[in-house]
Amino acid sequence: MGDIIVVENLVKRYDGKAAVDGIDLRVRKGEVFGFLGPNGAGKTTTVRLLSSLATIDGGRVWIDGHDIVKEPMNAKACMGVIQQHISLDKDLTVRENMMQHAMYHKIPRPERASRIDELVGYAGLDRYMDYMVNSLSGGWKRRVAIVCALFHRPALLFLDEPTAGLDIQARRLLWDLIRQLNRDGTTIFLTTHYIEEAETLCDRVGIIDNGRIIATGTPKELCGRVGSVAVEYFDGDRGTQYRYFPSRDDAGDFMRALGGEDTTIVLRNTNLEDCFVELTGKTVGDA
Amino acid sequence: MFEAVKEIYYVSWSDMRFMRHNMLNVILTSLMSPLLYLIAFGFGLGDSMTQQGVPYIAFMIPGIVALTSLSASFTSTSTRLNVQRLFYRSFDEMLMCPLRFSSIIIGKTMLGFMRGLLSCSIIFAIGLFLTPHLQLTPLFLACVLLSCFTFSCLGVTAALLAKSHQSMATFNTLVILPMTFLCGTFFSLDSLPEAFQWALYAVPLTHSSVCIRAASLGWDFPWASLAVLAIFTLVFFSVNMHLLRTRRV
Repeated sequence: MGDIIVVENLVKRYDGKAAVDGIDLRVRKGEVFGFLGPNGAGKTTTVRLLSSLATIDGGRVWIDGHDIVKEPMNAKACMGVIQQHISLDKDLTVRENMMQHAMYHKIPRPERASRIDELVGYAGLDRYMDYMVNSLSGGWKRRVAIVCALFHRPALLFLDEPTAGLDIQARRLLWDLIRQLNRDGTTIFLTTHYIEEAETLCDRVGIIDNGRIIATGTPKELCGRVGSVAVEYFDGDRGTQYRYFPSRDDAGDFMRALGGEDTTIVLRNTNLEDCFVELTGKTVGDA
Repeated sequence: MFEAVKEIYYVSWSDMRFMRHNMLNVILTSLMSPLLYLIAFGFGLGDSMTQQGVPYIAFMIPGIVALTSLSASFTSTSTRLNVQRLFYRSFDEMLMCPLRFSSIIIGKTMLGFMRGLLSCSIIFAIGLFLTPHLQLTPLFLACVLLSCFTFSCLGVTAALLAKSHQSMATFNTLVILPMTFLCGTFFSLDSLPEAFQWALYAVPLTHSSVCIRAASLGWDFPWASLAVLAIFTLVFFSVNMHLLRTRRV
């Protein structure tokens, strides 16, 4: 499998300050790639640059082999984008929003109705088709937005914080939909605040901070870099402390050295949240 | 070329649906101001005054048609685009789809253009009923079409430049409102000091009023004003293209 996204030294500045500061990135065809980072790290800016919504100040980007500056129409035709904010036209019905997107993507008239039927069944939206978008809950609006981004069968789907603000049930339904899309061959590029989401869905994860990618790899590889076993213990004034070890034996030695029967000590596998905190120096609460 | 026309249709389709959903509201709100001007100035002053050799009401109705082309076209385009861009963010969707920027701009002018034509037609139809001096000519139609398109293009510019709903309101107060009263819609510019006249000839509604009035009253047609109006359209269109190309939206 080749790379569907190739990014070389991507730069974007706002008021002279770099929001994206020389990113290099490759996303393989068919994978789910997650972008993790604290608020203001440059996740959404990166998605806006890759999806042609913002102009780039430096570097180059190819989407499925098309340079987004020189061949924007070809690059845009390969991708679907679901923004962080629901970007549907709330003065129209669900069906009208879908028709509108089908037109934007130049789906021939005879195919539009059948494509809508196909996707509506896929997303379980049948009974909401003639509702005004404004009357739907956040989860259903998100589903409509996903359907709208899929009309042209994009090879690549950008999802910017797809489950932000959704309840747990809606989030899990959406995860199923994302998995299904990926199984059907769509490459997924998603940004998320939720560590669990990245761990559950992503084949590979990139961690971004201050506009730079500081680590890329599978969740397992990233955890391995920090240490695959974590020891979590409470240390009086210093609060809860975390130490990471390459093996359970090393962690066990450390725990024994800690001693102290009144100390609460937890031994567990390292997770992406630990990597995130170690690599960015920030807590998930900042994210 | 045919592909570009299809794209314009695709972009404007949702706005046409929006207009269909809100047709009664669209008609009522577009006609309220011109009808009020007609009643207040037309019937209030109509019988007692003449302007440039015609009854005041015959002089004023083409001015109100020009004014309507501004208010209906500008307001509907700018309001809807402003909402789509800043509140719904649905305008972003267009920018991420394989559509030409020129098609997006022209497509987004269509709502205001259609709504302006609808309102101008109703006002002019009322005018034909009220005074025998008015004529419906191809030149009049061409002037109204261009005028609606120009002001709808200006609506796109204002909406693309707006940083908030408040800044749209500011643009309305500082640019649109003075144009409404000063650009020869209700009186002849000849009655103003020369310096003031020059200033007003730098504003598109003045040329729209002059053209529409001359075309509907059978006066010598000011071709230079029509050319200036066309130049304004090109300027607004070019500014819009620049804003989209640099994504300053």
